Amino acid sequence: MSADKAHLVTFLLRLADDHLILGHRLSEWCGHAPMLEEDLAMPNIALDLIGQARALYAYAGEVEGRGRGEDDFAYLRREREYVNCLLVERPNGDFAHTVLRQLYFAAFMEPMWRGMTASSDETLAGIAAKAVKEVAYHIRHTGEWVIRLGDGTEESARRMREAADALAPFVDELFESDEVTAAMAAARVAPEPASVRAEFDAVIDRIFSEAFLERPAGAWPRTGGRQGRHGEDMGYLLAELQYMQRTYPGAVW
Amino acid sequence: MTTALYPPPCGEGRSAQRSGTGVATFISNAHHPAHSVRHPPHKREDKTAAEARAYVAAAAVPDPEIPVLTVEDLGILRSVTIEDGVAVARVTPTYTGCPAVLAIELAVEAALRDAGFEARVERVMSPAWTTDWITEEGRAKLKAYGIAPPAKASNSIRALFGETEVACPRCGSLETARISEFGSTACKALYRCEACHEPFDYFKCI
Repeated sequence: MSADKAHLVTFLLRLADDHLILGHRLSEWCGHAPMLEEDLAMPNIALDLIGQARALYAYAGEVEGRGRGEDDFAYLRREREYVNCLLVERPNGDFAHTVLRQLYFAAFMEPMWRGMTASSDETLAGIAAKAVKEVAYHIRHTGEWVIRLGDGTEESARRMREAADALAPFVDELFESDEVTAAMAAARVAPEPASVRAEFDAVIDRIFSEAFLERPAGAWPRTGGRQGRHGEDMGYLLAELQYMQRTYPGAVW
Repeated sequence: MTTALYPPPCGEGRSAQRSGTGVATFISNAHHPAHSVRHPPHKREDKTAAEARAYVAAAAVPDPEIPVLTVEDLGILRSVTIEDGVAVARVTPTYTGCPAVLAIELAVEAALRDAGFEARVERVMSPAWTTDWITEEGRAKLKAYGIAPPAKASNSIRALFGETEVACPRCGSLETARISEFGSTACKALYRCEACHEPFDYFKCI
């Protein structure tokens, strides 16, 4: 495989893993959300994310050309082979943690998808054209929750502040550059993540100011997800995600 | 910047790319030289007639989640052509993660087989489907079914976190409130009418 192709596969798997893992996390709320409307909303957002992951995995398998399909990527890799960012694997915590994690990711992906609608890669441009509309709803929904909780009761505001502190170390990793992101930008496949930071900050600043929240300063950034180095919680997540395929290999229904 | 905070108007900048799903498009496809047939499937039926018949069969397939609409009403059936004797239907998903996608594709394939064709369904992602592709007939059917049809691209979207105006499908009042951004399926939101007090589904603009 040429270097260009290998970079493209890595880039697609990073995106796909981000969406699969976050979609799985959201699906954990199904049946446990604080109210019926959110019990519908969380799995609905999860469906969008997992749908996007499926399209990306299928395309990654096609580019790779080794016969791997979406299920092979989703279910049959080892932890170190997943290249999602650390933010998406963070445990759900309380609802404040969940909606803020989602808002951060959506506010990052919205300008990324928008950039990719003009991608030189036609397949990716097609996936992006759809995803950019879906992610706009995620920003709106989770942004409203951040405002409602931040500008709510004393307790909801405290929980929102705690969530902001807890997730602060995981924001910078989204915007990391390396040879893969540089190759994608040079080939006009996707924007450099760093180039959407200003837009991300503008959206978050606006929502935080409406929520009477301050953006935590001085958090020590955590990184390593893109190299397959994950947090302790990732293993438990994969154990559940992969259980059926590991226990009953090749099971279909 | 502000556009990042709420969904874009339906079909923004996409109308020019619309490939169309009606019979007119299908007929123009039928005359495209790239679709010439080397092995006609039916000796007594020419390609144009076969494609017209295949289109009619595929177009009548109902959506499994909103059975009042057909795939043609939804605007997700892009084209039906005959290629090397096989009827090829091109279908696009509404939402990327819509769980009905596979069911729809299988139903379209089955409908083509029932009409006597060898059949294949291809999934096309680009250009992306928008709710603006729901036909006028489809919008009327939705409303009669009790689902408010999606806002059109021309609708103005209000300020930050604002919403488009959604009319109650029962009494027509614009005094409606959103209960939940996400409803019983990926494509719907839950609303309540403040005038007649009935809850209803709104087909989200995308």
